[in-house]
Amino acid sequence: MTASPHATHHLAQLNVATLRHPLDDPRTAPFVEMLDPVNAAADAAPGFVWRLVEEGAGDATGLRPAGERVIVNLSVWETQEALWDFAYRSGHLEVMRQRRDWFERHVEAHLVLWWVPAGHLPTVGESLERLAELRAHGPSPRAFTFTSSYTAGEAAPHLRPA
Amino acid sequence: MKDIDAIAALQDPVRRRLYEYVAAQGREVGRNEAAEAAGVARTLAAHHLDKLVQAGLLESGSRRLTGRSGPGAGRPAKVYTRARAERSVSLPARDYRTAAELLAEAAEEVGLDAVLCASARRRGEALRGSAAPCGGLAEAMEVLAARGYEPHLEGGKDVQDAEGEAAARVVRMRNCPFHAVAERFPPLVCGMNLALLEGLLGADGPVRARMDARPGECCVVVEASKNKND
Repeated sequence: MTASPHATHHLAQLNVATLRHPLDDPRTAPFVEMLDPVNAAADAAPGFVWRLVEEGAGDATGLRPAGERVIVNLSVWETQEALWDFAYRSGHLEVMRQRRDWFERHVEAHLVLWWVPAGHLPTVGESLERLAELRAHGPSPRAFTFTSSYTAGEAAPHLRPA
Repeated sequence: MKDIDAIAALQDPVRRRLYEYVAAQGREVGRNEAAEAAGVARTLAAHHLDKLVQAGLLESGSRRLTGRSGPGAGRPAKVYTRARAERSVSLPARDYRTAAELLAEAAEEVGLDAVLCASARRRGEALRGSAAPCGGLAEAMEVLAARGYEPHLEGGKDVQDAEGEAAARVVRMRNCPFHAVAERFPPLVCGMNLALLEGLLGADGPVRARMDARPGECCVVVEASKNKND
């Protein structure tokens, strides 16, 4: 471990997406086809730490903790830049570009970021709490977004779950 | 330094040639190389390069260009890259950026991606101004350069991929003309950019645009239409 602040804190992200059609619907097929290659790219991306997968599966699309039609994506990254570069400067952008074909538009926030102590793997429950916090109170050091972000230092007093 | 003063620093023709050369390389450039490219003596080039750093148009660092290190490697040389900060001047004052950000925010909120892309494709077609699609990679590079994308060729015979096959030649672009809005609304604005370029190059022609985002560059690449994905 280095003395860099990134070694003591990692960035967790949760995003939720409401499917317009079921995963096995032909209209969702292009999304499903991209799941494996894009997840593999995430696993190999600089700064990637961890992502949630369902036991015995390659991804978390089968878990529906936020609703029957809502798929969740929960991951941990070394820095916000690493996550941003993966989300918007890799093959993942092509998935994002077509998101309206497969997912409903969200009126509320659908992505939340928060800092965790390095080594801590967030649970689905705690990540949904962070999303609820963001939706209820707006961005804070405990729950924020790319455009309203906080550094790990700013968030340090808020690292423990509520 | 104010934008107008920074831009005014480019009025000197030698300085401007140096700036354009460094900006076009997309990597660190040493004094000797820049002097040679601008056709001036090294000391004159050094003077103007440092003026460009003072103006905030270039950034400087130092590096051992020979690749050697230790005793005998010599002093590190000063190297230059283009500064990332944007400079613009509009007379009378205009603020299209705020307008663009507000419109993008509204489009994002309402989910207007498809409508925006359709508009962008139509605009691209209108800008092409010809019924025929773009004729090849060389023509595509001219068109892209004219729109500020700073295209450069990558791949070709000299470059091999992981399997040892010659990597296909693609045109990549160093500059995103929509940078500030694209950073704030990436899927929306990058999708718009792709549609604009698809319109600009034309459908079913010898070249096609495809999304292939990479850190620090435009999200789109242009390549020959015939390949294994077709």
